[in-house]
This record gives sequence, C-alpha cells and structure tokens, in this order.
Amino acid sequence: MALSPADLTAFFLTLKLALITTLILLLLGTPLAWWLARTRWRYRYILEAVVALPLVLPPTVLGFYLLLMLGPNGPLGALMTALGGHSLAFTFSGLVIGSVIYSMPFVVQPLQDAFRAAGRRPQEVAATLRASPLDRFFSVSLPLARPGFITAAVLGFAHTLGEFGVVLMIGGNIPGATRVASIAIYDHVESLQYGQAHWLSGLLLAVSFALLLTVYALNGRVRVLKT
Amino acid sequence: MSIRAHFHSRLGGFELAADLDVPAQGITALFGPSGCGKTTLLRAMAGLDYHRGGELSVAGDQWQGPGHFLKPHQRPVGLVFQEASLFPHLDVRGNIEYGYRRVPAQDRRVQVEQLIELLDLPALLPRKTDTLSGGERQRVAMARALAVSPRLLLLDEPLASLDLSRKRDILPYIERFQRELDIPVIYVSHAPEEVARLAHHLVLMDHGHISAAGPIEQLLTRLDLPLAHELDATSIIRATVARHDDQYQLSVLDFPAGEFIVPRVPLDTGQPVRVQLAARDISLTLERQQDTSILNIFPATVDAISADGGAQQTVRLLAGEVPLLARITRKSAAALGLQPGKQLYVQAKSVAVLA
Repeated sequence: MALSPADLTAFFLTLKLALITTLILLLLGTPLAWWLARTRWRYRYILEAVVALPLVLPPTVLGFYLLLMLGPNGPLGALMTALGGHSLAFTFSGLVIGSVIYSMPFVVQPLQDAFRAAGRRPQEVAATLRASPLDRFFSVSLPLARPGFITAAVLGFAHTLGEFGVVLMIGGNIPGATRVASIAIYDHVESLQYGQAHWLSGLLLAVSFALLLTVYALNGRVRVLKT
Repeated sequence: MSIRAHFHSRLGGFELAADLDVPAQGITALFGPSGCGKTTLLRAMAGLDYHRGGELSVAGDQWQGPGHFLKPHQRPVGLVFQEASLFPHLDVRGNIEYGYRRVPAQDRRVQVEQLIELLDLPALLPRKTDTLSGGERQRVAMARALAVSPRLLLLDEPLASLDLSRKRDILPYIERFQRELDIPVIYVSHAPEEVARLAHHLVLMDHGHISAAGPIEQLLTRLDLPLAHELDATSIIRATVARHDDQYQLSVLDFPAGEFIVPRVPLDTGQPVRVQLAARDISLTLERQQDTSILNIFPATVDAISADGGAQQTVRLLAGEVPLLARITRKSAAALGLQPGKQLYVQAKSVAVLA
C-alpha cells in the first residue's frame, strides 16, 4: 500500500482543516473586504497592512506569537481555561485559528479587489430600484464579485493545504488532531522514507494543481495578489 | 402639483445653490454646460447624496426636509444614468423585473409587459446585456426605471453617449412613455436640440445655481438667455389641429396669432401639437408677399433685437402674444429699418410638428 492509514488520516485532516478555514474566512473576510473596498476612512491602510502581514512574515514568527496567545498562559488560552475548556495550543481548534490568520490575505484581497472593481454604480442603480442595502449586497454585489469569490475560496483553501511553519509551532504532531500532510511529509523525509513522502507529496501536488486549474478555467485569469 | 427642491450646500468642493419649482407633469429639461451641477442636483433628488438642510417635495409628498430624509430605495423615484449601467449578471428581462419585483403589488401602476411594448423590447428580452447596442441598453434602462412605478423619473443625459441617428431613434420613445404613463420627467441635457424637441418646461443651470426657469416657449426666446444665441436657436409654439386638407395632403394648425399649414399629420382635429420654428428658417418682410411658395406667413411685431456683433442678429418677435425668434443678417435688419415696435410679416420656410 502506497499511502499508509496514518498518511491518509493526515491527508483528510488537511482537507478538513482547509475546508473549515476557507468557510470561516469567507464568512469573516466578506464583510471585512466589503468594508475595506468601500470605506473612506483615512487610516484604512493600517488594517490593510495588518491583513497582508502573513504574506511577508515567516510562518514561524506568526506561529510563535500564536503559541503565546493560545497557550495556557496566553490571553485566549486563559479565557478558554476559565470557561472550563483547555488551552488551544496543540489542538485542531488552535490550528483552525492559526490557519484563518495565516490565509487571511489570500481571501480578503481578491474579494476586496472584486468589490472595488464593480464600483459604486451597480449599488446606486439597485438603490433607485427599491433594493435595501442588504438586498442589494446579496442581489447585486455578491453576484458581480463571483470571480473574486472563486479566486478567494480556492487560494484560501490551497494556501491552507500547504501550511507548515504555523502548524509546526502551534499544533505539533498529534496524529488525527494536528498532524497534517505537510508535517507527515516532513517526518517521512526526516526518517528517510522517501517512497511515502513521494506519494503524499504527489497527492498534494495533484490536488493543488487541480484547484488552480479550476480557478483559471472559471475566471479566465486569476487576479494576481497585490503584495 | 409641483416638484420643489431646495439644495444649498457644499459637497466635495462644489457649491450647489439650487431652488427648483417645476410642475409635476410633462418633461422638464435641466439644461446647462458640463460641470454646472445638473448631475449633482439630480443625485440629490434621487437621494444618492445627502445634502444637509436640503428639501425636496414631489407632488405634495416630502422626500427630504428638516429631520426627514427618505433613502433612495424608500422614495418612488426612477433614475437613468448616462451609461445604462445594466446589471451584467441578469438578462434583459431580469434587469427590467429587478425593481418591479421589489415594489409591493398594490403600489404597482405599470406592468412589465406594458413597458416592454412601450419601449419596443420584445426582441431583446432573452438577450444578455453585453450584446446590446448603446441605444438598446438605454431603452432597457428606461424600462427598468419605469418598472418601479416612480412618481418622478430622472434622466441624466441618457443619450449623451449615442450618435445623432441613435438619439433620434430614442427621443420618440421618451415622448411616448411620458405621455402614456403621465409621469413627470426631469431630463438633464446639454444638447439644445434634445431640449427643444422634448421639453415642456425648461430650467437653466449655471455654476450650481438656477439662472432661469419657465415654460419652454418663453425661455427659448429670451434674448438675455444663452439658448436664443445658439446656432440652432428655435422657437416652440403651441397649436391645435384645426382641419385636414385631403386634396393637397396638408393639415392646418391653429395658433393664437394665425395658422400653420404643414404636411398632413396623423392626428385628429382638436389635438394639441407643438410646432418648432428654426430661427434661421424665418425671414422677415415689410409687406405680405403674394407671389411666393412659402405657405406660412403671418404678421408680427418686433419685440427686441440682440446686438451680438458679427454678421448675424437675433430678432425677437411677437405674433400677438406668441414669442418667436428670427436669425437674420445685420445688413437685412438695417435695410428693413428694424426696431422694437415695428410691424412686419414673418415667413417660415419650414415648420416642424412635434408630438
């Protein structure tokens, strides 16, 4: 058998992480991108820079701060402990939080570009056609931003698939909970199991490539990230 | 019933000081050079921009006033932009029905099928919006705006991006739906020929304020206003169809100071019409010419003469109470000894009948 049950577990855990992360990011990123695309707040760029930080920050740096935040002595970890749970470090939930932050720019930026490209005019037209603000967001702005949503979803998903540094810092290597495919590949290479590393790597390569093909085919072209 | 708007504010470096009071019926043209604030005023009336202290009431309903501001989607207004701005994710029918579906059934005074017929759209219905020509797009945009049963329709230079022949194709549609639906229209334009053709009422704007307003017959012929000095200055005269002459295929139109004889019009006797006389197609004689092919000759008095300089002069005449313009050379004016109060005869070489 080329892929061991442990490798398959790692692969499906990765898919699950990427899927949940992407869904959360679309829910959080849509209003954020909408606001960033339309606000005239003069210090908007501060928030844009914060969103873009994961693009340039070494994942280990991000992971280190997340570890401090989520650990039993960090603010989030302490809150979780106080609520009767346990700290988020080295849990799947912790990984989701880390991935959401790490992949944020890959979702927010295409959405922001798409909303900005549509401009205000369709909104104004819809307003004079009796559509309330919420109505015109769903009936006009969302459909017009469809290519941006496809790009955002696939890039967010694919980027989370390839996450390594952040996971290593805050998740460690717990099979079935935090041992994702990229960590498993690293382990195989460390222990010179190149055959198994090949299979898992090949699988990730194929999935990632298929995803990007989908984007390019659906959108004609992918909006290149600004940063 | 009237449309009253008062907007005195500064928004983005532009100062708007507009007091508008026009009848809530017919077509009112808002005319002025680019950048004079026409679009700013229209956006304020649609509620797209909020002007502090602004007031707007339409046929007795207040849309904006002290402590009161209806958001655009709350006011029964229709707006067509210069670019049709159709929704690209909907087909033609989807665009037209977008606003219609959002109006409560009891408030609908016009049906989609009626608009499709009025604007001649059946062939376009299943098409994607990006396959339409500029003129077709504007017709769809007008149907879409009318489908919300607006109490006021605002048209912001809807023909500005079309070429001349397309414009001529679309103007009759505007006249037709305005008449059939009896909806007040405010039509922004900087094209004098569109204004003369369409408008019943005229508002002149300049540098953010309203410089003159009134019935178009009056404003077109006022020598102190710019329209009388345009190259294609015209006069509009109200008339009624008096009778038809089947032998020569002509119609006779009565107006207060006489009658016009024009090629037969497809209208019943007693119907009101508007007659357009181009100032440069008017010639003046001291005696009534007898041996002439010109049919339309009537007496008038010189009211005023503009001293434009150059070879041409614009003469304002009164045929009874009816004002009209003639564009003649300064040399002719001197030869005829024109001066205010002088009695003479008007010869109109061509008379255009508007709906």
